Amino acid sequence: MISVRNLVRRFGDFTAVKEISFDVAQGEIFAFLGPNGAGKSTTIKMLTTLLRPTSGAIQLDGMDPNVHQKEARQRFGIVFQDPSLDQEQTAWENMELHGVLYHVPRKVRATRIVFLLKTFELWDRKDSLVKTFSGGMKRRLEIARGLLHTPKILFLDEPTLGLDPQSRNQLWTHVKALNETEKTTVFLTTHYMDEAEKVAHRIAIMDHGAIVAQGTAAELKQQTSTDSLEAAFLALTGSSLRNESADAKAGLRQMAQMWRR
Amino acid sequence: MGAIYILWLRELKRYVRSRVQVVASLAQPCLYLFAFGFGFGAVFRQAGRGSYLQFMAPGVVAMTVLFSAVFSGIAMLWDRQFGFLKETLVAPVSRLQIMIGRTLGGATVAIIQGTIVLCVCLLAGFRPQSWLALPGAFLFLFLIALVFAALGTALGSAIKDMQGFQIVMNFLVMPIYFLSGALFPLDNQKIGMRIANQIDPLSYGVDGLRGMLTNVWHFTPSTNLMVLTVVAGAFLLLGAYLFSKIEV
Ligand SMILES: Nc1ncnc2c1ncn2[C@@H]1O[C@H](COP(=O)(O)OP(=O)(O)O)[C@@H](O)[C@H]1O
Ligand SMILES: [Mg+2]
Repeated sequence: MISVRNLVRRFGDFTAVKEISFDVAQGEIFAFLGPNGAGKSTTIKMLTTLLRPTSGAIQLDGMDPNVHQKEARQRFGIVFQDPSLDQEQTAWENMELHGVLYHVPRKVRATRIVFLLKTFELWDRKDSLVKTFSGGMKRRLEIARGLLHTPKILFLDEPTLGLDPQSRNQLWTHVKALNETEKTTVFLTTHYMDEAEKVAHRIAIMDHGAIVAQGTAAELKQQTSTDSLEAAFLALTGSSLRNESADAKAGLRQMAQMWRR
Repeated sequence: MGAIYILWLRELKRYVRSRVQVVASLAQPCLYLFAFGFGFGAVFRQAGRGSYLQFMAPGVVAMTVLFSAVFSGIAMLWDRQFGFLKETLVAPVSRLQIMIGRTLGGATVAIIQGTIVLCVCLLAGFRPQSWLALPGAFLFLFLIALVFAALGTALGSAIKDMQGFQIVMNFLVMPIYFLSGALFPLDNQKIGMRIANQIDPLSYGVDGLRGMLTNVWHFTPSTNLMVLTVVAGAFLLLGAYLFSKIEV
């Protein structure tokens, strides 16, 4: 369903994604696990036509998303790392707008919106403005919206960032259920090990722009002769301090951008 | 077509729902109308130019349309900030359709605002030369709205922060308004002023509106129509180009 070969993306002379290759099968849940700044979002942006690769090849459902942009976009749903709802419209209106943009026929649209809002437990709030929603509700609405046009692939970029444990659990229960009933292929990124292990069929560990290992959680543990994904992760990427230094770098980059204005 | 319609509708909904903003944006032209109307009225009459209300009402209507149209385009800043812009940019529709839907929505809101202020002017005692002139006046209202909604979209695509917004408002939109002849007559001005006025596209909108409503023309009706149409086309192209270049 997704096939990536030697994908590279540079920003100036900084290489954010380095020669990565992987395949995701139809119906699979595949996770990118890595610290902040690893290049997960950059990869998702390239897969979803928002960013052009510097080099390398991408195939989504057999087509190059940068050549057949519209066809590719029709085939995937995406939940961005940052919120992307219209706060000033209701849950229903957000869904409706998405359905129109994605050419979902009127009749199908209405029944599908009802189904998804009920599935994601948002039905009784369907006429409330999104700005009155909690973080967990907004996230669920974004996922419901991303599934409205029955995409073959669902991209989730750190969907549980900033959610409490209960909302996180609930969200993954929904995603797993939909993966089973609709056979949607799911590509997700996270920096929570437990989530990757619990939800994903296969995991790619990403660090400093490169994939350092990929396989099932069991395979990763076996490769590194460790007994937890956490230990496997540390064995593969080195110290866990990485996380903070990557954050500091991102912070510096933001500062630099501010001064350039 | 569906995409254009739903994005147009979104702009209207946002307008109707933001009641505070509606009142605030109407308060400004009304303030101008009454403050300047009473302030300059006497001077204007002494200079033998008749009623200042008759003169400035079309200018205040044009001002309303100008501000409302530009502002709705620049409101893209918020959509960028709150992330909604991404949702539209990754949808399987062309950016041109998205841009057209947004721009027409902004233009429609501007026309509604202009119409409300025109009604306020009528209540305040303004009288058009003939009620039959109203359709012609609305044609100019529409063109002003389109020109500046397109400019707003172009600016909204290029500006990335609030500072940029302030700069545009103070150094582009306000001069466009003051140099357009909305507040004072254009004849007998110094040459520099006349040139600035002729470069300003709003001048042709104000003149068209005023000409239609009060039969006082500075340019000719056909010049006004032609300039506005060409500028609208140019701004739409510019807006479409800049919008297509947005990166998320
Ligand atoms: N537009 C950009 N310009 C310059 N550097 C960028 C840009 N986007 C991302 N980066 C850099 O690329 C690296 C990877 O970022 P990202 O893909 O967002 O990481 P992740 O999603 O794994 O946290 C980071 O170091 C980040 O600072
Ligand atoms: Mg990220």
